Amino acid sequence: MPDEEKRRRAPGETCPAPILEHKQIVMGHGSGGKLTQDLIEKLFLPNFSNDYLAQLNDQAVLEVNGARLAFTTDSFVVTPIFFPGGDIGRLAINGTVNDLAMSGATPRFIAAAFILEEGLPADDLVRVVESMREAAREAGVLLVTGDTKVVNRGKGDQIFITTTGLGVLELPLRISADRARSGDRILLSGTIGDHGMAIMSRREGLEFEGPIESDTAALHALVAAMLEASEEIHCLRDPTRGGVATILNEIAARSGVGMELESRSIPVRESVKGACEILGLDPLYVANEGKLVAVVAPEAADAVLERMRHHPLGREACCIGQVVAAHPRRVLVKTEIGGTRVLDVMLGEPLPRIC
Amino acid sequence: MKLGKTPMKYLDEYRDAEVAKGLLDEIRRVQKQPWVLMEVCGGQTHSIVRYGIDDLLPRDIELVHGPGCPVCVTPLELIDKAHAIASRRDVIFCSFGDMLRVPGSESDLLTVKSRGADVRVVYSPLDCLKIARKYPDKQVVFFAIGFETTAPANAMLVWRARHEGLTNVSVLVSHVLVPPAIEAILDSPWNRVQGFLGPGHVCAIMGYREYEEISARYKVPIAITGFEPVDLLEGVLMAVKQLEEGRAEVENQYARAVTREGNVAAQKIVFSVFEVCARKWRGVGPIPQSGYRLREEFQSFDAERRFDVGAIDTQEPAVCISGEVLRGIKKPHDCPAFGAECTPMHPLGATMVSSEGACAAYYLYGRHLKVKAEG
Amino acid sequence: MCLGIPGQVVSLEDAAGLRMGKVEFGGIVRDVCLEYAPEVAVGDYVIVHAGFAISRVDEQEAARTYQLLEEMGQLDELGPNEAGEDADEISG
Repeated sequence: MPDEEKRRRAPGETCPAPILEHKQIVMGHGSGGKLTQDLIEKLFLPNFSNDYLAQLNDQAVLEVNGARLAFTTDSFVVTPIFFPGGDIGRLAINGTVNDLAMSGATPRFIAAAFILEEGLPADDLVRVVESMREAAREAGVLLVTGDTKVVNRGKGDQIFITTTGLGVLELPLRISADRARSGDRILLSGTIGDHGMAIMSRREGLEFEGPIESDTAALHALVAAMLEASEEIHCLRDPTRGGVATILNEIAARSGVGMELESRSIPVRESVKGACEILGLDPLYVANEGKLVAVVAPEAADAVLERMRHHPLGREACCIGQVVAAHPRRVLVKTEIGGTRVLDVMLGEPLPRIC
Repeated sequence: MKLGKTPMKYLDEYRDAEVAKGLLDEIRRVQKQPWVLMEVCGGQTHSIVRYGIDDLLPRDIELVHGPGCPVCVTPLELIDKAHAIASRRDVIFCSFGDMLRVPGSESDLLTVKSRGADVRVVYSPLDCLKIARKYPDKQVVFFAIGFETTAPANAMLVWRARHEGLTNVSVLVSHVLVPPAIEAILDSPWNRVQGFLGPGHVCAIMGYREYEEISARYKVPIAITGFEPVDLLEGVLMAVKQLEEGRAEVENQYARAVTREGNVAAQKIVFSVFEVCARKWRGVGPIPQSGYRLREEFQSFDAERRFDVGAIDTQEPAVCISGEVLRGIKKPHDCPAFGAECTPMHPLGATMVSSEGACAAYYLYGRHLKVKAEG
Repeated sequence: MCLGIPGQVVSLEDAAGLRMGKVEFGGIVRDVCLEYAPEVAVGDYVIVHAGFAISRVDEQEAARTYQLLEEMGQLDELGPNEAGEDADEISG
């Protein structure tokens, strides 16, 4: 082993050779599917191992001098930056607020870092920032610090935003991907695929007209309402990139349980379904930005669902399946005609197909 | 999926659970002996696995997946040529999404893109015309793959490019035809397939006269079938009934979209632009009269001619049995590499490369686990 | 092969000599080339593949065959003995 490699590996660490299968990063590494998992498991975890990171939740709940703080970060690189139902600014605030909310914490503070591409119209930046102001106000969070960099034209896709969030967890809860138990019910707060298909509708070569809008929304108030109904909420996840399929697989894997879903109970807007049909995409793998999945103890499910339906962001909430002891780490779906299929983790980004 | 207020017409009713159950019961009532059927189209395979149809069918009706995946059967040399062309600085390489993850000898189009190539996904070949008009200094190359279904769309691209005088457009052609593939399967001494679910959309274009000849010559029932679960079950019922009754003819299950003559307007353009030729099928080998190439008067649009990418030497991994899987002789889980060295993440051969390939379809829907569990 | 989805034609247009139309799929609308469906009128359903209408849906044929399928599904509930007698009473 060459000298510099010896220095890089700390004693006791295993040598993952080769570290990554691909010699170059491809778009799939950022899609939230298997390639992203690969990156996390083979590169990030071994290099930064600690108990917090090992939980692999969307946020870390830190113990600091008796207080429990939820801490998270996320980057927003969406194109186009303005899309039906929202923009990159709103996404950047809501996305991070939601990652905090998924631990049951009250989101309090946001830090925002901007990477701007030379040539970005100033008006566009103003629009984005004003949108962030509105979103922050609605979510009850303060933007307390930030940073701005500019890169040469062609070196950044108009605007990238990274937001880091801090929240406070008052209740003695541990909502985490490894807490799902056999018998738990799987609840979904509303229709799936809206955000991803809203973006797709504006992609060059795939454009279509229609009423599809991003569902971007801050979910912390919905979560608070659910926790009032019951604290027996074991897992919470917002199914962003990779969709519901990916996060359910993550929970199943982390908890060592199986899942069984009922296809007919999964709500999809007509227009989203139409768009998915023509492009050959499965809504279960399409990104959402204003929805959550909750894994809830069976005795609490009805009360939680009831409370969700009373909230504006949970009107179409429903139970889509349950956690089982059988086929651990596998998510099965009962199909529309009564057959069974396995819902696997996505490989790379979902691509439109003609076959 | 929960339906919106208005179900999608001519789609959702063919996913109805009651109707499906009625068909399954009828199949069980009619079937007396075991039968082996093949569905030809990758899209049909996708649907069978997506809805769990093979699970619902009686145990002794075996569905083997046919070579109905133009993505899987595109020869390695052509994939490598595509990558070489896409890598050129002056090229905007356009493709259906299906081809982006197909591995060549070295990499795939996504990797080629990550190295700076301009690779774009299009939904329709006509989108290439827009791109060509927008970037007159660039060469727009379209990866024209598909069965007969896609030939009219691909032909129109070339037809319109000539009409509009767009000299910066060219196509890399890998069209394959279904009837010769079915014949190759039936000609094999190891063939086990007794009846076919014919390719619904291919026949929407070409009609089904060719299949009548095949049915008569080989004495096999062929049910021209659609793609939704009710279509597939009805197709199975038709084929099984014929087999039980000792008949061998073509029946049109997909009559709402298919006629015996097919789409004459589409055939006209296809045969103006393309002509039949021999084609090499990945995993199977060369089959005479099994593909399309550009006719003489359109050869200036041939990307293989326009871009001299030289001779390409390729080799398939020895362990891969996709040839036998494509011909329905073996099943994916018969392969020792299936689910181990060979997965959709790192496919070794044709049938794992696209989500329509038999091996990929099986893998993605977890069949390998089912088989392991059964010991 | 080959993803083809039924949609309804909502308008027709001519794009530089190419017969095009707007086709609706469950609430979203896409431009589709109708060169291969010259007989199609607004309100008709077409099967769309790769941005082209490859066939017009024969609605009468679809209704006829679907009715038979529905009856098969309903007959099943009655059981094999009653099927023959009650067939006439089943509405499509």
